[in-house]
Amino acid sequence: MPLTTYLDAIREAMVEEMRRDPRVFLIGEDVGSYGGAFKTSAGMIEEFGAERVIDTPISEVAIVGAASGAALMGMRPIAEMQFIDFITCAYDMLVNFTATSRYRVGSGCPIVVRGPAGGGTHGGPFHSLNPEAMFMNRPGLKIVAPGTAYDAKGLLKSAIRDDDPVLFIEHKFLYRRIKEELPADDYIVPIGKANVRRSGKDLTIITWGSMIYVADDAAAELAKDRVSVEVIDLRSILPFDEEAILNSVAKTNRVIILHEAPLTGGAGAEFAARIAEKAFDYLDAPIKRIAALDVPTPYSPPLEAFYLPDREKVIAAARELLRY
Amino acid sequence: MTSPTPLETHGLTRENLLEIDYFLRLTRTLEERLVALFRQSKVIGGLYRSLGQEGESVAAAYALDYALGDVVQPLIRNMGSILVAGAKPSDIVKQYMAKADSPTRGRELNIHFGHPARDGFIGQISMLGDMIPVMAGIALAGRMQKRHLVGMAFIGDGASSTGAFYEGMNFATVQRLPLVVILENNGYAYSTPTSKQSAVRSLADKAHAFGCASETVDGNDVLATYAAARRAVERARAGGGVTLIEAKTFRMKGHAEHDNQSYVPQSLIEEWSAKDPVVRFEKTLVDAGIATAADFEMIQSRAKREVDAATDEAERSPMPNPEEAARGLFAGDGFWEEQR
Repeated sequence: MPLTTYLDAIREAMVEEMRRDPRVFLIGEDVGSYGGAFKTSAGMIEEFGAERVIDTPISEVAIVGAASGAALMGMRPIAEMQFIDFITCAYDMLVNFTATSRYRVGSGCPIVVRGPAGGGTHGGPFHSLNPEAMFMNRPGLKIVAPGTAYDAKGLLKSAIRDDDPVLFIEHKFLYRRIKEELPADDYIVPIGKANVRRSGKDLTIITWGSMIYVADDAAAELAKDRVSVEVIDLRSILPFDEEAILNSVAKTNRVIILHEAPLTGGAGAEFAARIAEKAFDYLDAPIKRIAALDVPTPYSPPLEAFYLPDREKVIAAARELLRY
Repeated sequence: MTSPTPLETHGLTRENLLEIDYFLRLTRTLEERLVALFRQSKVIGGLYRSLGQEGESVAAAYALDYALGDVVQPLIRNMGSILVAGAKPSDIVKQYMAKADSPTRGRELNIHFGHPARDGFIGQISMLGDMIPVMAGIALAGRMQKRHLVGMAFIGDGASSTGAFYEGMNFATVQRLPLVVILENNGYAYSTPTSKQSAVRSLADKAHAFGCASETVDGNDVLATYAAARRAVERARAGGGVTLIEAKTFRMKGHAEHDNQSYVPQSLIEEWSAKDPVVRFEKTLVDAGIATAADFEMIQSRAKREVDAATDEAERSPMPNPEEAARGLFAGDGFWEEQR
């Protein structure tokens, strides 16, 4: 079986959905003839034409706004942010218009906004964003952040088929580093369902995106000391799989929440609060969060490495929790 | 008896002209009723009058063909435009009164409602400028769906300063989308005069930044505004792309009912009061021998009857159940499918 990269999985999801449903189209900067800044949409304009693979001016507000207007008319737009950092330019449109449309006036606005997120690629302060937390407190959007090629394809298909707007956060560090065998047949991964990547009984790591691999590495290292770590890949940030989180905490009694975005006000704060509210009696140790530093993402490799969570930070935190 | 003054009606029949007058009168009568309800504290939120701007709101929207799927997007002072598109006065009163069976079931205010495909109009959001990209998307979808619909967006002198306006206009023009943008220059954005908003001599000059067609029209001249809008709609439907129409008009009341607009020179109010679009339109019809005072009296009594009925219906409507606040954010909970 051929291996499919995380990047190709995203393209396959778009292509298959566009073949399946004439309402689906792609709109963004350089997505057409150039095939996207990361070549995510390479070859798509050749198959679907410029009418369904639309190159735009550098106008994130127009991209998200036009996608939203088209969605109200029954289309299923996929809006690409060239880097997810630039979603901040369209933040107003997305959180005030698109996300609120159904609640305010009963008009569902089913768009997917997707784009490369995350650090580890020395992109510096403006090309490394993990944007989930800034959208969690603005109701009306669903937020997914796949870490595997399988989930990238299956979640993107779910997102395109969803009747509400979905922010699809793809991690660019994984684009070509992750290769998997994928099913030949059509499949979806439901939004809101976590995946237990590794089953364990001593400690739970709740994570998503590229951090699932940091969690895997830490779990493998801790296993050498006979520490059994459960790794939960949340996959969906909103709605999130509260049941999976609480079940795991009830089983292991110790929990680390690991994410790549900065610590303060990060998504992990919400999950920690939920655990404290609903699983306090199960906890044998404090809830531990491991996240990036509360600074913009620095460019120079040693700085960025220090900024990002890594295996050693997770292992140290785990050992601390195991002392309780 | 003087002989009638010949009138260029731009293809409008007598019936059309009287219908336009009906929408003008309906807009003004409904707004006057809303003022009364506001003073009785029955209007929950703010009330933003369109006095003096009913002419361009109605005339421009009258240039669209809703049977073809055309979509109009008002700003707060374009209630007349959605009445032309088919909005029910009772729905508007219910919106203002925050009633359970209002189109938005109490979630949204005033004329923030409407679905482009179902209703032929779409409510604005308060972040001004944002609706231009959204309307571009509506026009884009229409083209992709091979429907020959035209979108019409209203925007103000103030909103034309926003980045969203520029992004939307630029994208729509590059894509040659069937979009007509009515840029109402009503003199003030809240308390800020147009001179402190933009340094261009004419707001229509902003079209040069995009490369779209443009013109400036007297927004208090109903027939001139209709003619300009009609030309733009025809251009859009024929594939000629975007037109920016600056409609020069004046905001005769404050930003909202709480604002006595003491910052507006009295001379300006007097000057524009003499140019009232409804009075002017009716005088034109009388002078042309097309209508008489008796016609307008009939139209006015019809408008009042309808506004009375709308008010009665809205007054009888219940307020929403509090716990409904938790529903209807996403598809699938059945909230929006329930009968209102």
